[in-house]
Amino acid sequence: MRYGMAIDTKKCVGCSDCVVACQTENNIEHGYARDWITETIEGIYPSMELEFRSERCNHCENTPCVRTCPTGASHIIEGGIVKVTHSECIGCGACIESCPYDARYFHTEGWVDKCTFCDHRVANGQDPACVSVCPTYCMYFGDLDDKNSQVSKIIATRKWKVLAPEAGTKPQIFYLT
Amino acid sequence: MKTTRRDFIKISSIGAGTIAVGTPVLNFITSNSDSQNSTDDSTSKRYPTYCEICFWQCAGWTYTNKAGAIWKITGNKDDLHSNGRFCPRGTGGVGMYNDPDRLKTPLIRVTENGKQVFKEASWEEALDLISDKLKTIGEKFGHECVALFSHGSGGKYFGNVVKAFGSNSISAPSYAQCRGPREVAFIATYGQGIGSPEPTDIENTKCLVLIGSHIGENMHNGQVQELSKLVDKKGTIITVDPRFSTVASKSKFWLPIKPATDIALILAWINVIINEELYDKKYVEKYTYGFEQLKAHVQKHTPEWAYGITTIEPHIIRETAREMAAASPSVIIHPGRHVTWYGDDTQRLRTVAILNAILGSWGRRGGFYFPEGIHLPDMSIPNFPKPKKTWKDAHPGKFVLADLALASGICDATVPGHDKSCNYKAWIVNGTNLISTLPNQKNTLAAIEALELMVVIDTMPAEITGYADVVLPECTYLERYDLLRTSKHKAPSIALRMPAAEPKFNSKPAWWIAKELANRLGLGEYFPYNDITELLDWQLKKVGSSLEEMKKIGVKKLDREFDDMYLIEGEEFEFNTNTGKIELYSTSLEAEGFDPLPNYTSHPQPEQGFYRLNYGRAPMHTFTRTSNNPNLTDLMSENSLWVNPKVAKEWDLKNGQKVWLKNQDEVISSFPIKVRVTERIRWDSVFMAHGFGQKDKRLSKAYGRGVSDSELITHVDYDPIMGGTGMRSNFVTFLTENPHDNV
Repeated sequence: MRYGMAIDTKKCVGCSDCVVACQTENNIEHGYARDWITETIEGIYPSMELEFRSERCNHCENTPCVRTCPTGASHIIEGGIVKVTHSECIGCGACIESCPYDARYFHTEGWVDKCTFCDHRVANGQDPACVSVCPTYCMYFGDLDDKNSQVSKIIATRKWKVLAPEAGTKPQIFYLT
Repeated sequence: MKTTRRDFIKISSIGAGTIAVGTPVLNFITSNSDSQNSTDDSTSKRYPTYCEICFWQCAGWTYTNKAGAIWKITGNKDDLHSNGRFCPRGTGGVGMYNDPDRLKTPLIRVTENGKQVFKEASWEEALDLISDKLKTIGEKFGHECVALFSHGSGGKYFGNVVKAFGSNSISAPSYAQCRGPREVAFIATYGQGIGSPEPTDIENTKCLVLIGSHIGENMHNGQVQELSKLVDKKGTIITVDPRFSTVASKSKFWLPIKPATDIALILAWINVIINEELYDKKYVEKYTYGFEQLKAHVQKHTPEWAYGITTIEPHIIRETAREMAAASPSVIIHPGRHVTWYGDDTQRLRTVAILNAILGSWGRRGGFYFPEGIHLPDMSIPNFPKPKKTWKDAHPGKFVLADLALASGICDATVPGHDKSCNYKAWIVNGTNLISTLPNQKNTLAAIEALELMVVIDTMPAEITGYADVVLPECTYLERYDLLRTSKHKAPSIALRMPAAEPKFNSKPAWWIAKELANRLGLGEYFPYNDITELLDWQLKKVGSSLEEMKKIGVKKLDREFDDMYLIEGEEFEFNTNTGKIELYSTSLEAEGFDPLPNYTSHPQPEQGFYRLNYGRAPMHTFTRTSNNPNLTDLMSENSLWVNPKVAKEWDLKNGQKVWLKNQDEVISSFPIKVRVTERIRWDSVFMAHGFGQKDKRLSKAYGRGVSDSELITHVDYDPIMGGTGMRSNFVTFLTENPHDNV
């Protein structure tokens, strides 16, 4: 079992629905977010390319955040989901510094917060909130170890990229291009 | 500073601290530090609703947590508007409920020590005052002198009161400031308007043409979903826009047209399709009127002619025309929604309607389908009195083809000194911030100044509330029942909105406010129920359902009465026009003295140093309605000004730099806006999202954030056919130093 996500940049319109759905689902305080939208533009008017990406923790296979955590608060659970146990987190921030994706932030109560792939929903057989809400159906979530899962199939048939491959973290979020 | 009878009262001047706040729903958020989610779907309750953040009215579920507080909103899978997925605004609708800046109790304008202030009032006091004033105004000036402006669910109830009182001046800025021209153009052509949601069969189309329509930035939910499917299927998208919009980036063809020249392009497309004989010959012969006149008319509109006007190269015009024809009849030239641009908008939408007709897309799979809704019976009420004057008397002899009241027309007729047969003396305003929705703010304020009474019913202290005599706090859609949603779609359906929580503060649902007002005016018999749930249950039982059933399912899908979503091959069909045909040549326009076939007219281009003010949507907001929503301001808290890098270089503007804007009429923006240097905008235009730059300090998250485009729209080109207010010929220049001496 290895959870991962494919996000189709050809379909994403950058509306931020994934962001607000995560915020309400997970009761994120205003002013903070576990996922966000990036917009990149290349070219000069009128020959341009525009790409929107919904970004979050990449739930990497090789996790600098877990490695640098001095207390074991950052850990990996079933399916490769990277999580933080709030009560064990001392808020040192080492994980935040080590993450090449800026995917972690300090919660106002001092511990470090991040995307959980909505493991509470996944446990009930639901998709993460961001995937469920997306009005462009641009996100696919599932088991990368299962060759027949929708996410495995789409990665097998489409061109994709991962973010910051040079960091060697083996991210599990694939951007279809 | 001159004191007017109606000083703008900043609602913040009342003692907000004395007003009790509602359920502290945020408490649980910070108390769950170890269990990362104290609530999940299995431990929560859900209540059906349909969204009030925009007119798409998606049906969904409001979830409450274990403490009974509103937690989240999701879509209802049985709903054709949302297919179970809400857009960011709908998902963020919880912020409308949680907004600490909401209106909390009725307010009455009083003068204390020579200063106008709002006094907190009871509902009895406020409603008594309104009914007394309305009675006096009715006796003194006539009952027709009361007008309603509304946007949203409350319009039905207040409209009922106004009609019962004896006026039919019921308007929504969504007509003359938005979609009116397309309705009139399609009625003139097909005998039928477009309506909402638009019956565009995008999911089955092969080619979608968007002219200035920025689907994906406007989150018209079902359309965005279908657009995405079209991208998946690699269907052709052709986008015409001077701005590299989101959908332009997903299009096979992006035509970066010179602003204000769209009619020339569309006429050239018609020219190519006719002269290359690419049109749907059978369809044109069977269903249309005036093809030969059209053919003769467009002969001069060659792609070469259009090139000189639009800057779109002739071979691109031909190639895109052929692409549309190859997809025919599964092709949609989308009519758009906000189409009040240059004053010849009905004629522009006529070219769109004609192009669709010759490609045979109306009533065809992948084109426009025939939508179907359900008609619910109404409880019996007395006939409404017949007003001696109507909203048409607000502009005698003008805008004769308007099929709905013009918000701008009523506003203009309220300004004294005009030779009009109906001057309005009382406005009831519900759910629309007229300061931002109507162009030419000076004119709007002059009209308001002349009123004997203005009542504003809203959930938020929108700027318009600052000018009211009485402000009534409406509860949000998450705290109330409303009339059943019965809008037309591919199949008829009914959707229920019910409360997920008690109304916060001292707010009340619009139906209750309207009914109480009607009672006081002696018009109680127009509201033949004690509680709206009696009406809903009565209506539902008439169609084989019940309130009890609807509370469980939220949306009830029904079958179409007939299999008539599309025309059947060779079907005889009579269109509701003078000729019974699709009128390529419009006899109704001709009869009123307008061009029966559309012509291109040129519009002003910016002077040296000025740039066309282009405005539009951001996907996270619905105008000023959401500009203070704490969830949605988290996504976007202010607008920015898109400036082409060449222009930025010329003016030495940097990304993120604040500038003030001055328009062609020397009007200067109240606040600065941050520059966004981007290749996505042409060098002759700037762009900003509409709905920002709010001036009421009580809107703590929206106040002073960005610039209000409305403030700078002082030039209006009226559509002579139906009174639409063309707002896209305003030009701005940059002021890099603060022009205001008060900051």
